[in-house]
Amino acid sequence: MDLHNLRLYISFLNTLSLSSLFKNPNPNPCFLVSKTTHLHTHTEPPLLLFNSSLSYWIMEVAGEVLASESQLHVLAVDDSHVDRKVIEKLLKISSCKVTTVESGARALQFLGLDEEKGSLGFNGLKVNLIITDYSMPGMTGYELLKKIKRSSTFREIPVVIMSSENILTRIDSCLEEGAEEFLVKPVKLADVKRVMNDCIMRGETEGNKRRRVDKRKFEDDNHASSSSSSSSSIPSSPSSPLPSSPSTAATSSPLHSLKRAKLGDHN
Amino acid sequence: MDVVNQLQRQFIDYSASLHREGFLDDQFTQLQKRQDDNSPDFVVEVASLFFEDCEKLINNMARALEQQQGVDFKQVDASVHQLKGSSSSIGAMRVKDVCIAFRSFCEAQNREGCLRCLQQVTHEYSLLKNKLQTLFRLQQQILAAGGSIPVVE
Repeated sequence: MDLHNLRLYISFLNTLSLSSLFKNPNPNPCFLVSKTTHLHTHTEPPLLLFNSSLSYWIMEVAGEVLASESQLHVLAVDDSHVDRKVIEKLLKISSCKVTTVESGARALQFLGLDEEKGSLGFNGLKVNLIITDYSMPGMTGYELLKKIKRSSTFREIPVVIMSSENILTRIDSCLEEGAEEFLVKPVKLADVKRVMNDCIMRGETEGNKRRRVDKRKFEDDNHASSSSSSSSSIPSSPSSPLPSSPSTAATSSPLHSLKRAKLGDHN
Repeated sequence: MDVVNQLQRQFIDYSASLHREGFLDDQFTQLQKRQDDNSPDFVVEVASLFFEDCEKLINNMARALEQQQGVDFKQVDASVHQLKGSSSSIGAMRVKDVCIAFRSFCEAQNREGCLRCLQQVTHEYSLLKNKLQTLFRLQQQILAAGGSIPVVE
């Protein structure tokens, strides 16, 4: 049953109030048959629906598909197994679907496969965000970032860099190449939640891309001494609305990310 | 539920001592908070991965430092860097601190210093492993007795 028909089926079932099926897996089978014969033209094969437990299964699967569609899918790249496990957990807590890979090469492979699959399938979920470690053998996170931003197919995917080393020149070059954020490890849940919120905000404004004014906003937190937690922000132009960060910004680690919102048009 | 209370008390005290003695830092507490009913073994799993990492990396360092014809300090440093990263991610503070010192010796290409650090890091890793195994055992006992794991701030 493809996604489109599945949706039709779900909405039709809802109108018939068959969602009660979900709560009570043993409804009167005769009732089920009479209701579902209407669906002949919409779905196939309708014969399956005569079995109440199969309908129950279909409802469950459909629920999962629809839920996963509304969840953001994050591709996490890190050569450290420990870090992959941790970042996966933080992302899942932040209600994301997560795919973890151990290298930049694998990440590109995954994206490539994603592309080839074309339409959405269970295994071909579109990637909404890439979060990658900086220092990796082979291809660094920076190199991966460049490859993604220079690709016409993938450059719109936001990329976040993570690093255990808080080096200003490193942060600058990542942001120059188009990274959304630079997170200092160990990454906190607050950081992940903030990044996901920004990603959602970004998604919501996708439709207004053409009307978006060029905005460059630097949040320059003092990195010179690790003990300092003061932040001085460069004032942005009054006409550019900032995506509102949650109040967790105040409680996240003292070594903050430098953030820059870029113009959506990358011509 | 006296048994549970007793075990929980033990767990809290032991946890507190590990923090006090610098074996674990706040990052470990953060990981414990991420544990939930869906993933009750999360911290144990991360710890296992960490110890696997430790063993592999320590072996790499040892092999690199043994080279008679000349030590590749960059290689040693790469392994130390990785270990520092993992230990930081799990909150293994003492291991991480040794790694920081270790990196300086790598940079200075000081073989003696490096060997000393290697010894220290091996020692810290095995100490931590024992301590965490004790902690996890307590955890198991609490769960087996029907209690829940207290989170130590």
